[in-house]
Amino acid sequence: MSEAGITLQEVKIAIDTLWVLLATFLVFFMNLGFAMVESGLCRSKNTVNILTKNFIVFAIATISFWVIGFGLMFSDGNSFTGLSGLLFASGMDNSPATGDAYTGVYSSLGWAGVPFWAKFIFQLVFCGTCATIVSGAVAERIKFHSFLIFSFIICAIIYPLIGHWIWGGGWLMELGMFDFSGSTVIHSAGGWAALAGILMLGPRIGKYKMDGSTKPIYGHNMTSATIGALILWFGWFGFNPGSTLSANPEALAHIAMTTCIAAAMAILSSTVTSWITQKKPDLSMIINGCLAGLVAITAPCAFVSMTSAAVIGAIAGTLVVFSVFFWDKLRIDDPVGALSVHLVNGVFGSLAVGLFAEQSIGTDLGTGALVSNGLFIDGSVSQLLAQGAGVLAVALFVFSVSMVVWAILKKTLGLRVTKEEELAGLDIGEHGMEAYSGFQIFNNL
Amino acid sequence: MKLITAYIQGPKLNDVKQELFRNGIYKMSVMTAMGCGQQLGYQENYRGVVEEVNLLKKIRIEIAVNDEFVKPTVDAIIAGARTGNIGDGKIFVQALEECIRIRTGETNTVAIG
Repeated sequence: MSEAGITLQEVKIAIDTLWVLLATFLVFFMNLGFAMVESGLCRSKNTVNILTKNFIVFAIATISFWVIGFGLMFSDGNSFTGLSGLLFASGMDNSPATGDAYTGVYSSLGWAGVPFWAKFIFQLVFCGTCATIVSGAVAERIKFHSFLIFSFIICAIIYPLIGHWIWGGGWLMELGMFDFSGSTVIHSAGGWAALAGILMLGPRIGKYKMDGSTKPIYGHNMTSATIGALILWFGWFGFNPGSTLSANPEALAHIAMTTCIAAAMAILSSTVTSWITQKKPDLSMIINGCLAGLVAITAPCAFVSMTSAAVIGAIAGTLVVFSVFFWDKLRIDDPVGALSVHLVNGVFGSLAVGLFAEQSIGTDLGTGALVSNGLFIDGSVSQLLAQGAGVLAVALFVFSVSMVVWAILKKTLGLRVTKEEELAGLDIGEHGMEAYSGFQIFNNL
Repeated sequence: MKLITAYIQGPKLNDVKQELFRNGIYKMSVMTAMGCGQQLGYQENYRGVVEEVNLLKKIRIEIAVNDEFVKPTVDAIIAGARTGNIGDGKIFVQALEECIRIRTGETNTVAIG
């Protein structure tokens, strides 16, 4: 403490904490976006059910991440899991001390100069996002209690373990994989869990006809879906720049803009792609396109130039449209496009680090001096190989563990509602109430 | 000329339409309806209060046909809508006095077909 009362160091901690919490609240706001996108892209008779799932899933994330998740993910342990201070995030910690001065058990976050609970709540809103991804993919047919149990497991165990590998000092981190804000850790992980759930559930009644063709099941409120997508975009300005965990001016500005430019290019490219393939620009595809661009730039946002961000966004927006067609060809019914947005583009975004990363940008911004140049920058493949290893490891682990969990739930509590309930809507079946009471809604599917 | 009115289960609309098309009947009006019959209702709970809902959501189809089409139409609706459970619906057939096509002024048998 100086004579003046406050040191520069304390001012920095205060500013960093303010930024981390502001970013946290932006990411929290994404819950609203997910709720609106998912309910808007599904039918009105399932709205109460989807909104309830989205509302409750963040509460589940909070409790399970506090009880065990955070400890597994960030505490010191071995390459595969954290082992110290596991329960209730109660291990020794002397944040905001950093570097050599840090003496706690969560040393993988020891570089961030903010108080412990600021680190915790920022990581918590990320965990909540991962669980929310599953909700949209399994919508309109899953039993409410089975979804709740799966959410507990993904937040308490599945997400924290792969998080430990990549962010918590685990083996993928040692291997040199870079995932700045979680294209792999959050988005493709949520996507693999969702894919397993869809495979165990099967498609909604009426989606795929006997003759092999697909019947569109229209979303009931495109206003809600559009507002939701814009809210998600807004929230992403906390999601990506927030992962700096410090108010580093150059990095924040750079990341905010790579995030924005990727989303913008993805919106344009998904518009063009859907215009060409479907004859008319389809708003639901443009919404998916925007989210695809954001997911794809999430891993590379701190290591790539503006031009590369634009290219990544353009590819993501095109990829997402063809991906929606692809899953339908396989009769994998994903009501809101969660697989195309989070799984496909989570994988693409993670690999994009290996294609477009520039060491000079990571060094200049202070976001990752150890990242190697990507394949398209100087022709070297080392970073791409590390990224590929991470993508593959997460795919195998999350998909197989999720399959086992879904299978156990199917055998014990049952996964899918009855045919009668699905036709009448889960709002009446699971909750005994309607979203639009007093409206007459055409209910023929 | 007859006016055929059918009340069917919502999810059966597509099957009924397909059966009608297969039998050469392409003209119809479809609307939502609420009704109660043998099927009874279901319960809703709202903030601790349980309510018995007995008006169920149904779909009403109206088809005006010439006499020789009455049987194929009725048969097609049954083929599409019947599951064998209570709640499959009902069909009413009424005499129709007159029919006028607004655009041409044609009447009756010509206007219906």
